[in-house]
Amino acid sequence: MVIYGVGLLAFCFLVGQFIGESLGRFLGIEANVGGVGFSMILLMICTDGLQKRGLLPVPTEQGILFWSTMYIPIIIAMSATQNVFAAFSQGFMALLVGILPTLLLFLCIPVIIKLLSK
Amino acid sequence: MEILPKLLSVNALIVAFLVVALVTWISSVISVKILKGRVPGAAIAIIAGLILAFFGGKWTGGNKGISDVSGLAGFALLGSGMLRDFAVVATAMGSSLHEMKKTGWLGAISLLMGVFISFFPAVIIAFAFGYRDAVSLTTIGAGACTFIVGPVTGAAIGADSSVIAISIAAGVFKSVFVTIFTAPLAKFIGLNNPQAAMAYGGLMGTTSGVTAGLAATDPKLVPYGAMTSTFATGVGCLLCPSICFFMVKFIFGQ
Repeated sequence: MVIYGVGLLAFCFLVGQFIGESLGRFLGIEANVGGVGFSMILLMICTDGLQKRGLLPVPTEQGILFWSTMYIPIIIAMSATQNVFAAFSQGFMALLVGILPTLLLFLCIPVIIKLLSK
Repeated sequence: MEILPKLLSVNALIVAFLVVALVTWISSVISVKILKGRVPGAAIAIIAGLILAFFGGKWTGGNKGISDVSGLAGFALLGSGMLRDFAVVATAMGSSLHEMKKTGWLGAISLLMGVFISFFPAVIIAFAFGYRDAVSLTTIGAGACTFIVGPVTGAAIGADSSVIAISIAAGVFKSVFVTIFTAPLAKFIGLNNPQAAMAYGGLMGTTSGVTAGLAATDPKLVPYGAMTSTFATGVGCLLCPSICFFMVKFIFGQ
């Protein structure tokens, strides 16, 4: 059943969020530390284990895949709800602070990849 | 006459489904017919979303982009952090835990580099614009990490609300910049495999920018970038009000 897949996804999501919130609390900061990451690892472990035991029928899988394909539309909606106008009204310095360091970061990617291949 | 506005507001989420579908369709037509496939439809649709957000904010004076326009409130739910994270987690299915393990230590390095390489250049820019107090410099520097790190840091060290507003704006600009420029830059920086995507996610940090940028580049890379970037806001909130703040205080005095 499709709802089993959605339920499994919801379970992994909530457990991961809980770990992320707890980790943030433990570190004394008001932020979720890696909640999505923990959820993803959990989902990968669960689906992998179920698949190996033949317990992940196609409909269940489709409950997860549907949300995975809804991802881009959700991102489009998210883009449309960013406070873009306010960002532009904060002026030139905010623009520079947002963009110049980010350009440096882009330049670091080839460096890191080189480090990796060593 | 009153039927339509009521219908739109009662069924806000459904309206958002329809509008996003239309935006996606128009974008893919533009991508294929006008740009001959040089720019992916998803990238155009995301940029279209940002443009809608700009005008939404301009017309309504609200802070949630197009979702403040009456009848389009459903965008706030469809584009919420909750649904975004839910869908991002779903993309993990089918991606390789093995690949992620291979890059684990690199992800950690890229997270640390991401914070420092965002923070210090931003502090220098703020200094060049005349800011001299450590609290404002640190808050603006933190804004260059993500638009959550800025206000969290500013609140922690007692920054002025105008400075916090600048740090949020800087974070939003970063997210917009990463969203738009990841796809065109991907070729030149070798962003075409899971390892590179993990390094990229950790460096950039902005989950919204990273996930949108990768969606426009290669949707298969999304889970890898999301995996590391989800730690970035936490790492930034940890380092900026502590180590980074002390370093700025040490360099610039009060």
